[in-house]
Amino acid sequence: MSNTSSDTTEDESLITTEVETGSANWSPALGETAVAARDLNVFYGDEQAIDDVSIEIPEKRVTALIGPSGCGKSTFLRCINRMNDMIDVCRVEGDVEFGGKNVYDADVDPVALRRKIGMVFQKPNPFPKSIRDNVAYGLKIQGYDGDVDARVEESLKGAALWDEVKDQLDSSGLDLSGGQQQRLCIARAIAPDPEVILMDEPTSALDPVAASKIEDLIDDLAEEYTVIIVTHNMQQAARISDRTAVFLTGGQLVEYDDTAKIFEDPEEQRVEDYITGKFG
Amino acid sequence: MTDSTESPDLQRRSGLRRLKEGTYGGFFAACAAITLLTTVAIFATLLSDAVVFFAEVPIIEFLTSTNWSPNPAGGGQSFGIVPLLIGTIVVTVTAAFIALPTGTLTAIYLSEYASPNARSILKPLLEILAGIPTVVYGYFALVYITPVLKATLFPEMSTFNALSASIMVGIMTIPMVSSISEDAMSAVPDELRQAGYGLGATKFEVSTGIVVPASISGIASSYILAVSRAIGETMIVVVAMGAQARMPAVGETLFGIPYFNPADVLLDSGMTITVAMVQIAGGDLTGGTIPYDSMFALGLALFVVTLVMNVFSDIIAERYREEY
Repeated sequence: MSNTSSDTTEDESLITTEVETGSANWSPALGETAVAARDLNVFYGDEQAIDDVSIEIPEKRVTALIGPSGCGKSTFLRCINRMNDMIDVCRVEGDVEFGGKNVYDADVDPVALRRKIGMVFQKPNPFPKSIRDNVAYGLKIQGYDGDVDARVEESLKGAALWDEVKDQLDSSGLDLSGGQQQRLCIARAIAPDPEVILMDEPTSALDPVAASKIEDLIDDLAEEYTVIIVTHNMQQAARISDRTAVFLTGGQLVEYDDTAKIFEDPEEQRVEDYITGKFG
Repeated sequence: MTDSTESPDLQRRSGLRRLKEGTYGGFFAACAAITLLTTVAIFATLLSDAVVFFAEVPIIEFLTSTNWSPNPAGGGQSFGIVPLLIGTIVVTVTAAFIALPTGTLTAIYLSEYASPNARSILKPLLEILAGIPTVVYGYFALVYITPVLKATLFPEMSTFNALSASIMVGIMTIPMVSSISEDAMSAVPDELRQAGYGLGATKFEVSTGIVVPASISGIASSYILAVSRAIGETMIVVVAMGAQARMPAVGETLFGIPYFNPADVLLDSGMTITVAMVQIAGGDLTGGTIPYDSMFALGLALFVVTLVMNVFSDIIAERYREEY
């Protein structure tokens, strides 16, 4: 392996030390593992997208997956709730464990799995329905028999959107601004009360103000949910995550550690080069 | 630096090139004008000849009389559009019952379920169905559908009947519904499907709960187009439905609303507005007679109905447009 960064001098200090790392510096003993991958390999046809990745992601923490474009971080995220199943040429080998079960076992229903693992996408994608129906959609398809309106309110509050939309629940979700739409999508994802929320670059289509609101929200979500977020914004990873996994080209997981450690004192030279902006 | 380079050639082109550009524009405009002029001319002809007709036969009588016999042997003409309207409505509604559900479900299959291979085979096949001449459909109804229905479900059915014709009109319009609806469904962005799947929706839930509502304006347009087509369909009904302008027995409900038994109409021969026009046009009538002019009144009625349908379709498409 390459040299460690222990000999890094003060004036070579990483740019990210200036970034306020918030909760990321706080790293008590991690709780139970929520999601784990073991010897995971993913292929698109002949091309390998994930190369022998093993990782344990702690529950009720924010774990960031970072790396350059095409490094396989989104592919890895989509393995967790089996969204890759819909791509014909995609082939998955190895295990992804959730709740003590390999989600790729033959007896696992991907539909049931996705009801436990919510997802928020890069581009806000509310349905062309009312705000209420957007949030209630997951409840509806899961046959929720409780008080739907109460759950909608709770979810919108959880997504920090309630105060802005409480008087217009029947207007279209598409009438909202981009940032509000993304928070609506988060409300929609948390309404069925999943255990894990996957976020695939949730702020990359938003302006900085809207993005910072989402970041605050992610911080709050980690009190109740395990959040796994793909981002190509390293400052964002440093600000909001507790653990960071760095993927580099070829789908390899190069380093995975507490976020503070990754950004201040990474073991791998390649990781240091990447996060200091020498490539990627 | 003072040495000036040659100034770029920005001179306006003159002469031949501009003339050519102008000629192209004029040629395209002329083509567009032909279509427009034809439409206006048709409408003007319909209107002017219909006015002549309505001078002889009051419009109220035309719209309310229940007897259509433009050219009876023993005299005593009657020009009531009601039996023709009933024939047209029964054929259209029956055809819609066949074409709309089948076409929509076919569209859902093609857009959401079919593999790319299946789609590449099925879509062209459906388009072939749309390309079959309607007279062939008509003979198919007469020679195959009617005997089968007669031998199985409806022994009392007459050889020329509205049901076989309606079924065939329905089958003929399936490709129109499925093709336009499928285009609308395929245009729904994949992000919406992903959002549904991400929430644990099944393929069926995504198709019916997300894709269909998001493409409802396109689907509605396809319905209106198909229904307009069924209203105007001529050849199938001429061949398979016969040409008797029959008025079904009309009863009255408790509240005085008249009704008739659709089975009465379906199992017997009948006549639509289009068939009545064909009969007049194909007869040896000379211009200037009232039966001859009645053709234009019928044409105008048909024109108004389809125009209303088209306007209606635009309103629906606007009303239910879900922007994504």
